[in-house]
Amino acid sequence: MTQKLGERIIEAFLFISAVTAITTVALILIFLLREGLPILAKVGIVDFALGMRWNPIAMTGEPSYGIFPMIVGSFYVAIGSLIMAVPFGIACAVFLAEIAPEWARSILKHAIELLVGIPSVILGFVGLVLLVPYIRDHLGGWGFSILTCSIILAIMALPRIISISDDAIRAVPKDYKEASLALGATHWHTIKKVILPSARSGIVAGVILAMATSIGETMVVLMVAGNVSMLPSPIYDILDPVRPMTSNIVLEMNYATGEHTQALFATGVVLFIVVAILDAISNKVLKSRMGVER
Amino acid sequence: MTASTLVSPATSDKLAKVMLWASASIAILILLFILGYIMIRGIPVVNLSFLLESPRLSGAEGGVLPAILGTFCLMVVAMLSAVPIGIGAAIYLAEYAPKNAMTGIIKFGVECLAGIPSIVIGLFGYAFLAIYLGFGFSIISGGLALMFMVLPWIVRVSEESIKAVPMGLREGSFALGATKWQTVSRVVLPGAVPGIMTGVILGIGKAIGETAVVMFTAGSSLLMPSSLFDPVRALSYHIYILASEGISDTMAYGSSVVLLAMVLLINLAAIAVQMRYGRYHGRN
Repeated sequence: MTQKLGERIIEAFLFISAVTAITTVALILIFLLREGLPILAKVGIVDFALGMRWNPIAMTGEPSYGIFPMIVGSFYVAIGSLIMAVPFGIACAVFLAEIAPEWARSILKHAIELLVGIPSVILGFVGLVLLVPYIRDHLGGWGFSILTCSIILAIMALPRIISISDDAIRAVPKDYKEASLALGATHWHTIKKVILPSARSGIVAGVILAMATSIGETMVVLMVAGNVSMLPSPIYDILDPVRPMTSNIVLEMNYATGEHTQALFATGVVLFIVVAILDAISNKVLKSRMGVER
Repeated sequence: MTASTLVSPATSDKLAKVMLWASASIAILILLFILGYIMIRGIPVVNLSFLLESPRLSGAEGGVLPAILGTFCLMVVAMLSAVPIGIGAAIYLAEYAPKNAMTGIIKFGVECLAGIPSIVIGLFGYAFLAIYLGFGFSIISGGLALMFMVLPWIVRVSEESIKAVPMGLREGSFALGATKWQTVSRVVLPGAVPGIMTGVILGIGKAIGETAVVMFTAGSSLLMPSSLFDPVRALSYHIYILASEGISDTMAYGSSVVLLAMVLLINLAAIAVQMRYGRYHGRN
């Protein structure tokens, strides 16, 4: 009898542990909304998300809370990082899965794990002391820019893209590759025309996930993106600075009060929504191929 | 057809392989360059007094001991709370969870928490732990906020390791008349320990390197903490402040070396565990 009770208690404890994560997510949503909703209700979510002017401490007149330039900034640096990291990362993954001899595979694998381990604040610091002056001197502009930020974010995104693509490529059934080779295709031709297309959904899901991570990244963008809360002008000028949503929160949290603080929490709400949508799309892409015999 | 008709298939195959080797080498060179740069600039700064003294002039001079201690305390609080809860959740998901809607919600919760940007967890930690629960800027606020960040990781790695333990072991144990918990605690868990340990060690690495979560929860005090409710400044945050406020690049290099050394040691420890026990699971 006591044994049975003991088992019950243990099971209850395990269940409570298991619901901690979902409870935390619920609490996060509640607290973000509790702080952020009042200002969203006052300004209107459309005006907040699409407003062009961020001027929370207005010397004269009404303060304005528009974070559109920051949403653009977040996407700008994230997409910029993907443009650099995706082709390069997939090449490394193909190398890992198809070409590398065992010793090279083990070196690259360990290198990737190390790269994941480097704290983002250190990558941001390297960007600040090396890349910012380099770009200022050689390409012009202020140095703090979309380009600088994208490069560092690309380095951060690289390990994730490599390992997810590596997994996706390895999941392609061996028969595909063997059939293609048996038909006389070269190894490279097989990689290009058979293996990569079959691994596509896994790679795409990984890339979207990497984008969500880049948008959510804080320290790097804070240190190298320049933090100017305006759209780049002209809009395609990648040497202009931007202020992504994450930086906006950090930069002003220390001195914000009242509505201003609420507006920062509301920025967090928008960030949360953007990342959640990207994660959902990534899941959908991954699941869409599941159950299909490949 | 484009270029492939201009060169023979054999040549394009060779060419492509050269490019792939080059990509992999460049990736490794980037890593070595970043590590090397920080080491070359930072190692001359690091000496015993740098490690064992308190900072002076907001960190422009002196050492980084309070920040090292701060990072350590935050990590300990985070892991002491995340490890039991995470392993408990993993055991539940791998061994007990029935296939129903509730289990689906639990799994969704873990994935969702893993996807939340660290700055949002930081905001939540500030509003919930520091203000609502009244913990203020303190080790306990920062540590618990970090716990929310590493929890999904611990759950995921532990669940994988537990699931990798062969089914036959469980059946054997049940056949001998063991109860569910006896089987889980004495047969399944020991088999999963190496995998879980690797996960926990890498989780420590994540907690140590994190900045955004602790900046609004742990505070930025450079004094020695004397209780769990004292504010501390994590080493990572210290680097950010030194670099972005232009206090001292030299000190920032030194602090970066210390932080990197911690993270590298932790990675080495994880590799050592894997080598010693082999991998029971495929970590991604």
